[in-house]
Amino acid sequence: MEESRIENHPILGEMEKGEKVAFLFDGKEVYGYEGEPIAAALKAQGLMVHRYTKKEHKPRGIFCAIGRCTDCVMVVDGVPNVRTCITPLKAGMDVKTQYGVSDKPFEEQ
Amino acid sequence: MNTINDRTRDIGPFVPADDDDMLICRCEEITKGEIRKAVHDGMWTLTEIRRYLRTGMGLCQGQTCSKLVKSIVARELGISPAELEPATSRVPMRPIEMQVFANEAKEDE
Amino acid sequence: MKRYDLIIVGAGPSGLSAAVEAAKRGLKVVVFDENEKPGGQLFKQIHKFFGSKEHRAKVRGFVIGQQLLEEADKEGVEVVLNATVIGLYQDHEVVVKLGDEVVHFKGDAIVIATGAAENMVTFEGWTLPGVIGAGAAQTMMNLHGIKPGKKILMLGSGNVGLVVSFQLMQCGCDVVALVDAAPRVGGYGVHAAKVARTGVPFYLSHTIVKAEGETEVTGVTIAEVDDRFQFIPGTEKHFDVDTICLAVGLSPMSQLLKMAGAKMEDNPRKGGQVPVCDEYGRTSLPGVFVAGDVSGIEEASSAMIEGRMAGIVAAEYLGYMEETDLDHQLKELDDALDGLRQGMFAPKNRGKAIETTEEGIEISKNLLKHGFVSDEEIERFPGVTHRVGVHPVMECTQNIPCNPCQDACKKGCISIGSNITSLPIVVEGSECINCGMCVASCSGQAIFLVDEDLGDGFASVTLPYEFLPLPEIGTKGKGLGRDGKVVCEAEVIQVRDVKAFDKTSLLTIKVPKEYAMKARFFQAV
Repeated sequence: MEESRIENHPILGEMEKGEKVAFLFDGKEVYGYEGEPIAAALKAQGLMVHRYTKKEHKPRGIFCAIGRCTDCVMVVDGVPNVRTCITPLKAGMDVKTQYGVSDKPFEEQ
Repeated sequence: MNTINDRTRDIGPFVPADDDDMLICRCEEITKGEIRKAVHDGMWTLTEIRRYLRTGMGLCQGQTCSKLVKSIVARELGISPAELEPATSRVPMRPIEMQVFANEAKEDE
Repeated sequence: MKRYDLIIVGAGPSGLSAAVEAAKRGLKVVVFDENEKPGGQLFKQIHKFFGSKEHRAKVRGFVIGQQLLEEADKEGVEVVLNATVIGLYQDHEVVVKLGDEVVHFKGDAIVIATGAAENMVTFEGWTLPGVIGAGAAQTMMNLHGIKPGKKILMLGSGNVGLVVSFQLMQCGCDVVALVDAAPRVGGYGVHAAKVARTGVPFYLSHTIVKAEGETEVTGVTIAEVDDRFQFIPGTEKHFDVDTICLAVGLSPMSQLLKMAGAKMEDNPRKGGQVPVCDEYGRTSLPGVFVAGDVSGIEEASSAMIEGRMAGIVAAEYLGYMEETDLDHQLKELDDALDGLRQGMFAPKNRGKAIETTEEGIEISKNLLKHGFVSDEEIERFPGVTHRVGVHPVMECTQNIPCNPCQDACKKGCISIGSNITSLPIVVEGSECINCGMCVASCSGQAIFLVDEDLGDGFASVTLPYEFLPLPEIGTKGKGLGRDGKVVCEAEVIQVRDVKAFDKTSLLTIKVPKEYAMKARFFQAV
């Protein structure tokens, strides 16, 4: 279990979780719980950078976590600009770091 | 005529500042300096700034930067932010794929 | 086009409350919410609410959320989730994104209850991963069970900054500092005090110079600011952190109303752009009502009352009730809302520096500057008395609308009186039976049970404890003062955790007698 998961909470008790599932992050197999936001599954394993911006190529990650700021967008199953903080994780999802609006690093674009 | 719309008013020259490279609009990557310069280029309303620089026109639709842009423009014009008319609100209020936006539900009643 | 009597946008505290009242009066009501789950921010609020019984005081936010949803369900309210309202047109036409379709609805009346959005501040590095909003922190930890970071710096000493700091510690994060550019703590003193006593340092008149890190936050530098909010050179302080949390205020999310053509105003006391409306949420557009933060930033408790008001006036607007019934149905809510809008933090007092309490007692300067009341200052407040045997010590030093402690004591030891914002007093001649209900019922965690002399040179202090692991009897550790610094040795002599305390455990520690009025937190070693 990753250390950033809250195992037992003094007020909320044990946190309910979906089934543990595998998904791909930049081609590598990682795990999360079905139904939790993709961003939560990434954060749980310390993956902070979701994308690099189009103009300045700067890293971005979770900022608002409620689907407003759109900073956490990634390429999910081939679709760019997916807000990972409000998109539920499904088994086998293909999640990729977004460079500009592409899943290809800038030098390959 | 009130001071906001009086375009003959002298707001002085653009004076560079240390924090001009501070990013303000996170989506379109527009800096504070660009916004301040735009005011001196004659963009005195938030709608003009938006069209000129694309601040608040990115994925998040100004959810994060609207208030920041407003205070920068107001300060440059020497007025209170409350005096600046906010940029036009229009559909869609949230990011939405064009194919969904164009997909009107069929009337079934 | 599908038609409803009432369409409500936003299934948060105000929207759901409006829905319940309208549905009770016979309206066909639908609530659209863009989120996957209803309740707005209520399900992220794990602390006990302030207020009195009628405001659901001492109930935790997420429980209030469950209650509201049950009520809405019972009244037949239709709540549609993942339903993003993208437009509000003339003639009450609401455009909603549902799945991969855009659907148009018509409401004879509309309640806009879209709530608020977080404000942001800029500093060098503010776009780095690891800089997050306070709302993001709450969402991650309280909804998704993920710690927002290991070592966190909080910017903002308003109630959101204070409450979220405490919640971060509850889920096991380390809050290294609480920072605010303002010279005074913005939120309730009791919220600040419960954070400060755990050892979190407060830096008022300070703000962030820069977030450090290449691809994610690895540190932060703060510095003191002068009264014009300019950095004072040489006052920089560095902290190793992986997360910076921003809690710098909220703005009403009122764009839908502007789009629909409602008369708007920019009102700094309400948090920004708000629709012009009367006390019951009637906007300039006939049949369009507002409730909650969208019409001015306040608390969830007041949002729920405003929601109920909007639901009732919408029912009257559509002829589902007599105009003559309106006044008396609104009267009770008027009084309830008025109660919440009293005290030092009332909307009317926003921005005012209040120096004395309603009782004429000088406010603690340390509380405003450092987040805790000093040992010297605490003695002047009426809830702090010295007696033989166990007695309540109420470190409630500001006039806020809250009175559960008065009802909690079945022995009548505690009195606030009819004025809900009065400071609690210990009733002369009353007998404390050490039941602990007052400690557990205080939403501000400001009540302690103290026995100043156990007879063997020791004293006992019973304190509220909402952390894990819960120390066991016999655990030895340190007693921390109100300032969070170690003041003495301490040993846990009693641990109480009963259902009536609603997850606030009571820890009784034994400390040397001279620390009876000083030790206010326990740290196991």
